[in-house]
Formats: sequence, structure tokens, C-alpha cells
Amino acid sequence: MDVLQIVAIGLMATVLIGVLRSQRPELAVLLSVAAGVILFLLVLGKIGSIVGIITDLSARAGISMVYLGTIMKIIGIAYIAEFGAQICRDAGEGAVATKIEFAAKILIMVLAVPIVVAVLQSLLKLLGEAG
Amino acid sequence: MGSSIDLIFKIAGVGILVAVLNAILKHAGKEEQGHIVTLAGLAIVFMWVIQLLATLFEQVKSVFRLY
Repeated sequence: MDVLQIVAIGLMATVLIGVLRSQRPELAVLLSVAAGVILFLLVLGKIGSIVGIITDLSARAGISMVYLGTIMKIIGIAYIAEFGAQICRDAGEGAVATKIEFAAKILIMVLAVPIVVAVLQSLLKLLGEAG
Repeated sequence: MGSSIDLIFKIAGVGILVAVLNAILKHAGKEEQGHIVTLAGLAIVFMWVIQLLATLFEQVKSVFRLY
């Protein structure tokens, strides 16, 4: 019953953060970071097995690992950036959070460029064959 | 995994201790020392959280193959 454990950790952390927030807001921020990391680490192993299954299925379907690897990288970047941005926003630094999200979008764009180019190239090839 | 949940309690404990010490020192008229206690507590907790964050980043890197 992992879900009970996760909900219990979340509730406990929420109460402790509520106690700390009025006295020591900087420690409350660190406590919420720790709670977030612990909760994610609890499910990361399961995410790993899901990723393994998807990799296996795509290998069977004959999809190139380049595309799948790119998608995995994009998901990882999106998760880490979201995590950091949420923490900054919780601590009242909306400006920093927006910059983190912007940087993550740029990095994802850079990763996605080869796929976009490949799509455009195959489209051009199709058009060439038609015309 | 048990040790990582301990960390939440450890951080909360340090926070409450620092708040109480701060109140006591303020009452005794030693505000500077109160600031130092706050800073020390923050540094200790920061060390723990940074180590935890490093674990998270390493794990995310290995799961999503972000090399």
C-alpha cells in the first residue's frame, strides 16, 4: 500500500511546514523541498520500470531509439524544471520560477529540433515524389 | 527509505529548536547570537537537502537517460 505511505508523508510534511512557516520561513522552504524529493524518490523506481516497458515495446515495434531517447530526455527535463519552478514559486519567487521554465522550454526546443527537421525532410521528400 | 523520511522530522526538529533558541536569546538580549543560531540551523539543513537533491538528480538522470 504505497499510496497510504505517500499520503501520510505528504500530510505530515504539510503540518510540519505549517508549524515552521510562521517562525522560520526559510526552513519551511527547505522542508517542502525535502518532502517533494522524498515523495518523488518513492515512485521513481516504478517510473523506471514503466520506462523499461516502453523501451521494450518500441524496440519490438521497430521505432528508432533516437526518437524515444529524445522523448525520455524531454520528460526528464520537464519534470526537473517543473520541480524547481514550483519550489521557487512556493517561496514567493515567481520571477525566478518563470526564468527556470523559460530555460527548460529552450532546452526542450533544442532537443526537439532534430525530430522536427526529420519530419520536414520526409514531408519534402513526399512532395518531391508527388510533383 | 526510512532514513529519508527521518529527514523530514530532522528538518522540522531543527526548525523548531532554532525558533525556540531564537526566542530565548532574544529575551536574554543577545540578538546577534540568535542570528548566528538561525544561520547555523539553515546551513545544517541546507547540507541535508542538497545531498537529497543530488540523489534525486542522479536518479532522474539514470531513469530518463539524461546524460
